[in-house]
Amino acid sequence: MTATLDVNGKALSVQADPATPLLWVLRDELGLTGTKFGCGMAQCGACTVHIDGQPVRSCVTPIEGLSGVKITTIEGLGGSHPLQQAWVKHDVPQCGYCQSGQIMSAAALIAQNKAPSDDEIDEAMSGNICRCGTYQRIRAAIKDAAAGKLDLAQAAGVAALEETAEEMAASAGATSRGAGR
Amino acid sequence: MNAPFSKRAAGVNLSRRDVVVGSALVGGALLVGCSPADLMSAGSKVEVGAFGPFIKIAPDGLVTVISKHIEFGQGNHAGLAAIVAEELDADWTRVVVEQAPANAKLYANSTAGAQLTGGSSAISNSWTQLRTAGAATRTMFVQAAAAKWGVPAGEITVKDSVLSHKSGKTAGFGDLVAEAARIAPPASPVLKDPKTFTLIGTDRVRRKDSVAKSTGTARFTQDVQLPDMLIAMVAHPPRFGATVSRFEVAEALKVPGVVEVFEVPSGVAVVASSTYAARIGREALTVEWNEDKAEKRGSAAIAAAFRDIVAGKGPADLKWEGFDSKGDAAAINAAKAGPKVLEATYEFPYLAHATMEPMNCVAAVDGNKVKLTFGSQGQTLDQLNVAKIVGTLPGAVEIETLFAGGSFGRRANFPSDYVAECVHIAKKVGKGRPVKLVWTREDDMRAGYFRPLVIHGVRVSLDKDGYPAAWRHRIVSQSIMKDSPIGGKGPDQTAIEGAAGSPYLKAIPVVDAQVAFPDVGVPVLWWRSVGATHTAFVMEHTIDQLALKAGKDPVEYRRALYRKAGADRHLAALDLAVEKAGPKATDGWSRGVAVHESFGSVVAQVAEVKLVDGVPKVGRVVTAIDCGVAISPDQIAAQMEGGTCYGLSAALFGEITLTDGAVDQGNFDGYRVLRMNEAPSVETHIVPSGNPPSGVGEPGTPVIAAAVANAVLAATSKATQRLPFAGQTA
Repeated sequence: MTATLDVNGKALSVQADPATPLLWVLRDELGLTGTKFGCGMAQCGACTVHIDGQPVRSCVTPIEGLSGVKITTIEGLGGSHPLQQAWVKHDVPQCGYCQSGQIMSAAALIAQNKAPSDDEIDEAMSGNICRCGTYQRIRAAIKDAAAGKLDLAQAAGVAALEETAEEMAASAGATSRGAGR
Repeated sequence: MNAPFSKRAAGVNLSRRDVVVGSALVGGALLVGCSPADLMSAGSKVEVGAFGPFIKIAPDGLVTVISKHIEFGQGNHAGLAAIVAEELDADWTRVVVEQAPANAKLYANSTAGAQLTGGSSAISNSWTQLRTAGAATRTMFVQAAAAKWGVPAGEITVKDSVLSHKSGKTAGFGDLVAEAARIAPPASPVLKDPKTFTLIGTDRVRRKDSVAKSTGTARFTQDVQLPDMLIAMVAHPPRFGATVSRFEVAEALKVPGVVEVFEVPSGVAVVASSTYAARIGREALTVEWNEDKAEKRGSAAIAAAFRDIVAGKGPADLKWEGFDSKGDAAAINAAKAGPKVLEATYEFPYLAHATMEPMNCVAAVDGNKVKLTFGSQGQTLDQLNVAKIVGTLPGAVEIETLFAGGSFGRRANFPSDYVAECVHIAKKVGKGRPVKLVWTREDDMRAGYFRPLVIHGVRVSLDKDGYPAAWRHRIVSQSIMKDSPIGGKGPDQTAIEGAAGSPYLKAIPVVDAQVAFPDVGVPVLWWRSVGATHTAFVMEHTIDQLALKAGKDPVEYRRALYRKAGADRHLAALDLAVEKAGPKATDGWSRGVAVHESFGSVVAQVAEVKLVDGVPKVGRVVTAIDCGVAISPDQIAAQMEGGTCYGLSAALFGEITLTDGAVDQGNFDGYRVLRMNEAPSVETHIVPSGNPPSGVGEPGTPVIAAAVANAVLAATSKATQRLPFAGQTA
């Protein structure tokens, strides 16, 4: 079928079976590979995106029924979101594979809660696995970002982050690499 | 006293693997009658610039450090770049890292003789190599400036990529790069006195990949998209050692997007135009398996057989191999458990690495040329295995190494399992068309290459002062090295390291330590910190039980044994951890201590624990590490934090079980791993050291389980004889 999805503010047309999980449409059809495949059954959170601002596991979300909703991926955060700045400041990532999902879960949290407690962070983040064990830095980065406590001049790599943000803004709606095969 | 550097650099943990991989190379070389170096470099496209294989400098002054090691979380790219930047006096903010191509001649791990990232050796094996490269390049710039300005080279200073002379002349690296490139590199450039380091050891040494990894732009194998690329999934047998008997393709071929279905040595491959189509196509496949040679035992039966062996009731033809043994063991061998004799058995389950990115690979085979694009942990080994499949020279196997979403050892194994599978498929597809092999979580978790199931039996007698008089130790494990291309002399070190070489055994007059390696058809592999994953637990938890028996404080007990063994580094790490932990545990929490040396580094931890529904919850963990010169204190802390979580995850929950030979767990619902709400707060303190750097990626993993068990022992007087903790009641 042909479906029209609103991804990162752009209306995109895709050809796919309606049962196809959003994850594979984002990755294989739209070339938005920042969203990762980790488990395929909503156990690890690596595939987390926002649907109308709510965190969802795209690996178990079929594209059927997604017309008219706003889908936001890691690419749609723009690259200089306070959480992304905090992630860089704390050097949160190790292997980095889970971090898109971690950031998307955290972004949904701090959009609604500017001062999350440890328990609230646990509740929002415990669906996201990090095998490298970056949890304590994730916690610190969330607290910094939520509180707006970023000393940007000190944050290593902020210039690079801004460059990345510009590049991402240019391609945030995704090219349709692989679409229509 | 610290161990001499030469010994530490070689590392007990690496030595055997070095030999094996080195010999694999030699074996390949003999095959075609040329030297390993020639073989490996043949056909590989590496252009070495004026500043050597590790450094490129652009006309705008940007310094690129070429890493021969894969980055899959360890932070080695930051450390390797810092070593170069320090000696080069480069502006750290204008240094980037690039991944080296596969070429053993240029990029071999200095301690392995092959291109390989493992044994926590990336920094230690590169230390002198990259310092020399950085210093040589700096000298070339200084000489170029001296010639251009007509001043003595000795009067030129370099700071943050800028050369200066007291006359007021200055020039950046970019301004002088053409002239510097024409200077002959000095053979033995003078290295800095470490006391004058300005970058190494500071908090300025930070990761270079955090931006890419926080924006979704870091490129992993899973993300590779190439023109005309196909996606493959493979139906694997449910039991290890089974093969394809027959299969039905009709239904699979009806799935839109499925292109081809065929047999490969590891199963039946479904090749499709998208990941989803490949998955649905595989589900539509019917395969019958020949299980004549399959391992059909369950893990309970395997453990029971191992327990019998430990108890001396194993098969008569099973060989015991000794290590670290000394003195007359007759008394301890005959001793029975009692007030002065501790007897303990410890059981450790199979563990999956469970990397966040399941194993995957992209391969294109065009005649005798192969291009691989993936997170290769052992490029040389992968080249050799792939060359054999395709019938080409290893040097004709080009590898673009990408970031990998974790490995913990999984991505390097002797047959290059998932790489070989991908290449078999790409070879069949042919014509240079790229194929991405995608494993689902279930494929990954059920593919084996687990940390072996291991059982230890320990019996220790105490002397009149309460210290160990005699130590009897039996270890039963599958051998990881058994499947290596060559045999080795002496017992497989990967099963005994950490017990073998333990300072406690050094301090004890009588030791009878032996290991046996029964055959089981479950593939096993190193898993972050390898032998220490179980030996550290056994040694450290036994020590606390002995201290309890002797009525002594476990910290003082260790100190006495370390003094006796001359284990000064253990003592210093323990002292630092205990000092930083402070005199009192947090109210309501009990404390446990453990210390272990692995990969040349000593880690001591004080863990605060309380039992919640019978399972330990870990709060504060104070860590001290002696890893020689600390290049990036922040990344060392990151590895202690992450290594502790990885070890704690296994200690609390990690267990792969088999029923009649089939793996029971398939995903994170069955194979539980540590989550945010279970993660401890890890503080890291570094023992000051002038020794060359030693391992950091693995040594933070093996200590926590014992520290937790010791805290539980302190709180309940109950010893832990089986991991994971959560499986105690099972």
